[in-house]
Amino acid sequence: MELSELWFMLVAVLFIGFFFLEGFDFGVGMATRFLGRNDFERRILVNTIGPFWDANEVWLLTGGGAIFAAFPHWYATMFSGYYVPFVFVLLALIGRGVAFEFRGKVKTRAWTKAWDWVVFIGSLLPPFLFGVLFTSLLRGMPIDGSMTMRAGFSDFVNLYTVTGGVTVTLLCFLHGLVFLTLRTVGDLQMRARELAHTMVYVVLAALVALVSLSILETDLFTYHGEITIVMAAFIVISYGVSAAMLGKKRDGLAFFFSGLGIMTTVATIFTGLFPRVMVSSLNSTYNLTVYNAASGPYSLKVMTIVALTLLPFVLGYQIWSYYVFRKRVDGKDMVY
Amino acid sequence: MNELMLARLQFGATTIFHFLFVPLSIGLVFMVALMETFYVVKGQEIYKKMAKFWGHLFLINFAVGVVTGIIQEFQFGMNWSEYSRFVGDVFGAPLAIEALLAFFMESTFIGLWIFGWDRLSKKVHLACIWLVSLGTVLSAMWILAANSFMQEPVGFAMNNGRAEMNDFFALLTNPQFLVEFPHVIFGALATGAFFIGGVSAVKLLKKQEVQFFKKSFSMAMVIALIAGMGVAFSGHSQAKHLMESQPMKMAASEALWEDSGDPASWTIFAGINTEEEKNDFQIAVPFALSYLAYEKFSGEVPGIHTLQKQYEQKYGEGNYIPPVKTTFWSFRIMAGAGLLMILMSMMALWYNFKERLMEKKGFLRVMVAMISFPFLANTAGWVMTEIGRQPWTVFGLMTTSASVSPNVSVESLLFSLITFTLIYLVLAIVLVYLFVREIKKGTEHEEQAKDPRRSIDPFEKEVMQ
Ligand code: HDD
Ligand code: HEM
Ligand code: HEM
Repeated sequence: MELSELWFMLVAVLFIGFFFLEGFDFGVGMATRFLGRNDFERRILVNTIGPFWDANEVWLLTGGGAIFAAFPHWYATMFSGYYVPFVFVLLALIGRGVAFEFRGKVKTRAWTKAWDWVVFIGSLLPPFLFGVLFTSLLRGMPIDGSMTMRAGFSDFVNLYTVTGGVTVTLLCFLHGLVFLTLRTVGDLQMRARELAHTMVYVVLAALVALVSLSILETDLFTYHGEITIVMAAFIVISYGVSAAMLGKKRDGLAFFFSGLGIMTTVATIFTGLFPRVMVSSLNSTYNLTVYNAASGPYSLKVMTIVALTLLPFVLGYQIWSYYVFRKRVDGKDMVY
Repeated sequence: MNELMLARLQFGATTIFHFLFVPLSIGLVFMVALMETFYVVKGQEIYKKMAKFWGHLFLINFAVGVVTGIIQEFQFGMNWSEYSRFVGDVFGAPLAIEALLAFFMESTFIGLWIFGWDRLSKKVHLACIWLVSLGTVLSAMWILAANSFMQEPVGFAMNNGRAEMNDFFALLTNPQFLVEFPHVIFGALATGAFFIGGVSAVKLLKKQEVQFFKKSFSMAMVIALIAGMGVAFSGHSQAKHLMESQPMKMAASEALWEDSGDPASWTIFAGINTEEEKNDFQIAVPFALSYLAYEKFSGEVPGIHTLQKQYEQKYGEGNYIPPVKTTFWSFRIMAGAGLLMILMSMMALWYNFKERLMEKKGFLRVMVAMISFPFLANTAGWVMTEIGRQPWTVFGLMTTSASVSPNVSVESLLFSLITFTLIYLVLAIVLVYLFVREIKKGTEHEEQAKDPRRSIDPFEKEVMQ
């Protein structure tokens, strides 16, 4: 395997990690509107992700950094091409990040309410926009021979990409609800479980719509046909099992399978792209691939050594932090 | 305004904004870690109270530092795509390592620190805050290694029209990096120290919690003096190095249009006339520039016109003169602030030692105003460094006008510039409001929070509903 291929995998792993982890805290952020009935409950919800959300977001930053280092052309073409959508992602992430810290600092209703709306919108918008981003990457964007992307509104926003955006948002919402069944107690936990149980079916419907549109709009199921079909089936089964486990109140397993579903979804997108990183809708010779977008071999080698040395430590202390805060949040000692 | 100007304006504004919070985070977390260390070693509750109170302020600041940093991570691709293509190979690596090594560390251990007071043993909890502090320093280290490459490209070879890395360790032993890193870190420590000093002065003027804030004040001033000296010495070595790496920046920061003559005198003030490329008047200290540049009292410093001719021979026709007024005045603001900081911290320690601090009302008021000086100096320092490098983004290799994204329109740029500015304004207002509130409250609410009944009480009515 060439190093550039390994780096494509590492980038995929970072985004899979990002959606698995930040996925649930996006979902919890959305749940503050749908599940939290009063300020006290919303406070509990925010505190379930309190110690984690920042580190989860770093998976995205590292993903961005890895793309920059390993595939400068991909980084340059994608971020300049998707300029306006990224402005929205950034605004949402900025608002959300400070909202967690600020919401509890002043104890008036208006203050908390305002920041809670920021939490909600800040958690809803990024997964939607990432869904749009990834599906439009699969569908292809107008990239010219100098690797410059000049897209119009309908390249970004069309039935397919909106379906993609909605689906990813729903996946995160569900993932967050299932996470809450593990982190809360009593009535709140029960309601999270019930809502999750309903949401699984909505998610399955969205996935079916997305797969059908993918067949029409992209080469996802022909380019690497067999693998992607198997993976898609695996996603559907995961969510099916997750639904069954929720029914049996086996929350741990339900979370495992919902996590598997979201991770496999991201993995399917990356698999479907490979070895392309951005598909040109103008001419397939203009595609950016892991070969023509990559850094030199020396850089990749250095980065490989660094990444493989550091990643185990990062995983180690992140897992430890989840272990330290394994206790459910019951409203006693809360920070935010 | 065209795309290039807007992109520069946005980059400058967002980066300067980010760097208002960065040094305060780095400085404050170091001091908080120090306070908690005293608590663990000496076992006195007051140090725990100190770590908690200043820790609160640190966390508010940290949150803004983090979210303004997120923009930075993606801005290079969004606004400077041609630049990113050109140097991604060299420049992306430190950025990725920064995220992997530093950001994960900061963000994970800050979570453990905030939520872990009652869940971790004292020593483990202390280790967490030190790891956050280490994370902020490592983060600075990698981003400055990247920035130093732009000031002084090393460890690369040109390949297919791109700069490709061929020596990773050269990036970390870049002479520019070796002088830039300590300077920035000392600047950050000074920022934290003068913040704690100034806030303590506010409380001392009101005679609130005198013992607590006197202790905070004296601790901060020790660090302030060390950092102030550190900044001056490392700044001097930067100036010396600048003579070799970017003499044009040096000449611009001195408004030295013609060669200085030997020995060179250092200009304190000048009436700079950029149209006619000369100074209408100036007040100068003899010998001082020779000393700043070469550490001896002789030696000539080349002027802008001489260098312009040299650069034209080397890089082809063009204008290689950076904005002279900006570079000149930002250097003076920084260095002036630095000297004042050293002076004030010495006075503070003297009054404190003599137990006369509480009588010196005027002095304490000045200390409150001093909060702003490190911020001024930090901003001025970056303005000098980055604007003095113009017209280059990567010195000698790539110009700023060649760096900009060709596919981002004026409309898109206006949209992002306006929305970022608005959200930053809101952040700034909220941050100041929260700072003032926390400072007014003092340390009393710590005790309140400890009583579990009281902290839950306000919500109990709702729970019953
Ligand atoms: C000298 C130090 C320094 C400098 C020059 C910069 N930063 Fe910064 N940055 C930090 C020092 C720092 C820090 C101390 O580590 C921060 C600030 C406060 C904080 O919360 O962490 C941070 C936060 C921060 C974050 C959020 C990390 C998180 O989520 O925990 C990102 C993505 C960046 N920065 C990226 C950048 C980029 C791309 C820069 C270049 C233009 C940049 N920073 C300049
Ligand atoms: C945090 C402190 C920093 C501040 C306050 C700062 C400030 C500035 C300013 C004011 C400009 C605009 C110059 C001009 O347009 O004339 C600029 C340009 C630039 N800086 Fe920095 N800078 C900082 C750190 C960095 C770092 C760490 C990097 C890279 C790792 C960097 C990369 C750039 C680039 C790519 C430009 C080109 C755009 C331009 O010239 O306008 N800067 N910076
Ligand atoms: C006391 C006298 C000081 C001197 C002689 C001095 C010297 C310098 C020089 C020559 C540079 C430009 C380096 C370059 O472009 O390569 C610089 C940059 C800078 N200075 Fe200072 N400085 C002083 C004080 C301060 C103070 C008090 C602060 C902040 C508290 C500060 C913060 C900075 C920053 C953030 C930069 C930009 C980053 C860098 O290039 O290091 N400086 N300083």
